Amino acid sequence: MASTLLRKVWDAHTVRRLPNGQTQLFVGLHLIHEVTTPQAFDMLQARGLRVAMTDRTIATVDHIVPTRDQRRPFLDVMAEDMLSALERNCREHGIRLLDIASGQQGIVHVIGPELGLTQPGMTIACGDSHTSTHGAFGAVAFGIGTSQVRDVLASQCLAMEPLKVRRIDVRGRLERGVYAKDVILEIIRRLGVKGGAGYAYEYAGDAIARLSMDERMTICNMSIEGGARAGYVNPDETTFAYLRGRPFAPQGDAFERATAWWSSMASDPGAAYDDEVVLQASEIRPTVTWGINPGQSVAVDEPLPANADPEALAFMGFSAGQRVQGTKIDVAFVGSCTNARLSDLREAARVIRGQHVARHVKALVVPGSQAVRAAAEREGLDRVFLDAGFEWRAAGCSMCLAMNPDRLEGREICASSSNRNFKGRQGSPTGRTLLMSPAMVAAAAVAGEVVDVRQFAPAEVALGR
Amino acid sequence: MAVERVGEIRGTGLPLRGDDIDTDRIIPARFLKAITFEGLQDHLFEDDRAQAANHPVSNPAYAGARVMLVQSNFGCGSSREHAPQAIYRRGIRLVIGQSFSEIFFGNSVALGMPCPTASRETTEALIAAVERDPSTELAVDLGSMTVTAAGQTFPLALPAAAREAFLDGSWDATGLLLEDYDQVRAVAARLPYVTASW
Repeated sequence: MASTLLRKVWDAHTVRRLPNGQTQLFVGLHLIHEVTTPQAFDMLQARGLRVAMTDRTIATVDHIVPTRDQRRPFLDVMAEDMLSALERNCREHGIRLLDIASGQQGIVHVIGPELGLTQPGMTIACGDSHTSTHGAFGAVAFGIGTSQVRDVLASQCLAMEPLKVRRIDVRGRLERGVYAKDVILEIIRRLGVKGGAGYAYEYAGDAIARLSMDERMTICNMSIEGGARAGYVNPDETTFAYLRGRPFAPQGDAFERATAWWSSMASDPGAAYDDEVVLQASEIRPTVTWGINPGQSVAVDEPLPANADPEALAFMGFSAGQRVQGTKIDVAFVGSCTNARLSDLREAARVIRGQHVARHVKALVVPGSQAVRAAAEREGLDRVFLDAGFEWRAAGCSMCLAMNPDRLEGREICASSSNRNFKGRQGSPTGRTLLMSPAMVAAAAVAGEVVDVRQFAPAEVALGR
Repeated sequence: MAVERVGEIRGTGLPLRGDDIDTDRIIPARFLKAITFEGLQDHLFEDDRAQAANHPVSNPAYAGARVMLVQSNFGCGSSREHAPQAIYRRGIRLVIGQSFSEIFFGNSVALGMPCPTASRETTEALIAAVERDPSTELAVDLGSMTVTAAGQTFPLALPAAAREAFLDGSWDATGLLLEDYDQVRAVAARLPYVTASW
């Protein structure tokens, strides 16, 4: 019978039905980091338990790492404590830690894919809501809390409620200057920030099929912002081409055999979905958020809705009917697990090459991983950014959530390529976040205000593909 | 493992109006910089409280509340278990809302803090009752799936699995997941990426 990828992966990983009706699901890959695990290891120890399958867990450090001065011990004592705890726990339990000295460190949702750890058909869990990113490979991946991290460490399993599947079919071609970020912001705007509750989102259609893996990751990453705990794209030749030769991917003949299994896990034609939604790619425009959740967005050249939430308007200092275009910014941030991969940096650099950041703007580029940073430097992107007046930082979560020295001050407005515009998210309780694509962030940095990248970049600059 | 049954909860309420209240607001990220959950209760809604003089969490009239009353999509955003931990450590033992984010809901189950849902009318009636008289006692019974306040009884909803888990004390999943480990090994052995048997 025709089946969805979600159903196939779910069935392949089902251990049993628990007495309460939940599914005991085997977790194929467990990614851990310093913020949501110290308490989990303590709980494990308090119960006299050990890690069940040490080779199915991989650790890195991302949220708290400073992106400027990374010498140990960190200046922030609490950050140093957290990293030390992770190091100790990994050592005691025999878990591989990709730390700053490894050259493979980075945001957990950037390094999993780039190392080939993330593969189609897997179940993946991590104590971070943006774990949905890994669904770009046709994995079923979701964020979990610390008690569940404990459960996965102890048993390599989770107790889960089954998910429904909503197919989101994006048809046609994206126009110049419209990116994956705009697609997912538009999806969230249409379906709402809780529209995905109970669902996994299957992103499909010819517009999605044409996207690179980096772009698919941007879309899957923000599934959770639409309330969907998981989101995925069916694996295809683009997926396989990305994985070929990655350190943790199968090598040689095994890779060819793996692609057969991976392909078999994709949704079958004619599979039944719990819901289906169609979007026309050509209708999507460069999008920016104006409010305090990622569903509160408009096209950059569109006025804010007349019925805009008054609380959000008051916090942001906007009024209904106003356009976000022309809003003066204080900070420009290119980074985060949503948009800090090599192609994101290339697009940002393409837009601002040869120009300079506006005098009143603090602009920073924070690569998603050490590997992204090194690859960007090989292409000279660091020079493009530095010459333009951007800061070029070391890999980490940085200003996405401000658990490190990078943060907004006071009521600063930040043009940000990250994923959340919640009140206080970027470290200042009254700081304001405008989410947009990396190209739009770069353009705003130079213009000093929010601009439409389609007009900002001369017509001869080929944006996107 | 814990076999604490959670069936009936009584106490006063803490009303918190607003849809889509995210976990960054419940506990701002800077308070996650610690290796334990201790002391999180002191920072519950810290930034919201600083910006609203009469925030319910700061209001002494609601001190000692055991039931929190919220609206729609409560706990969205970050998966941080620090959010329900901060709420629980402030003395709350149950949260009633119109809807919850799935991760927040699951994290709360793992702490033994049920998050039953109720209709908009019910949550509004409960919030209004508690705002009118903060000493109003709410009596929640997960057996009958009801909440009684000010002489009125309202229906609640909870997914069957979570309800069972609270009633029979199996809400702490670790023990269950370790019960039949041969079955776990058997599943792992069938997965080509685990055994590298492509």
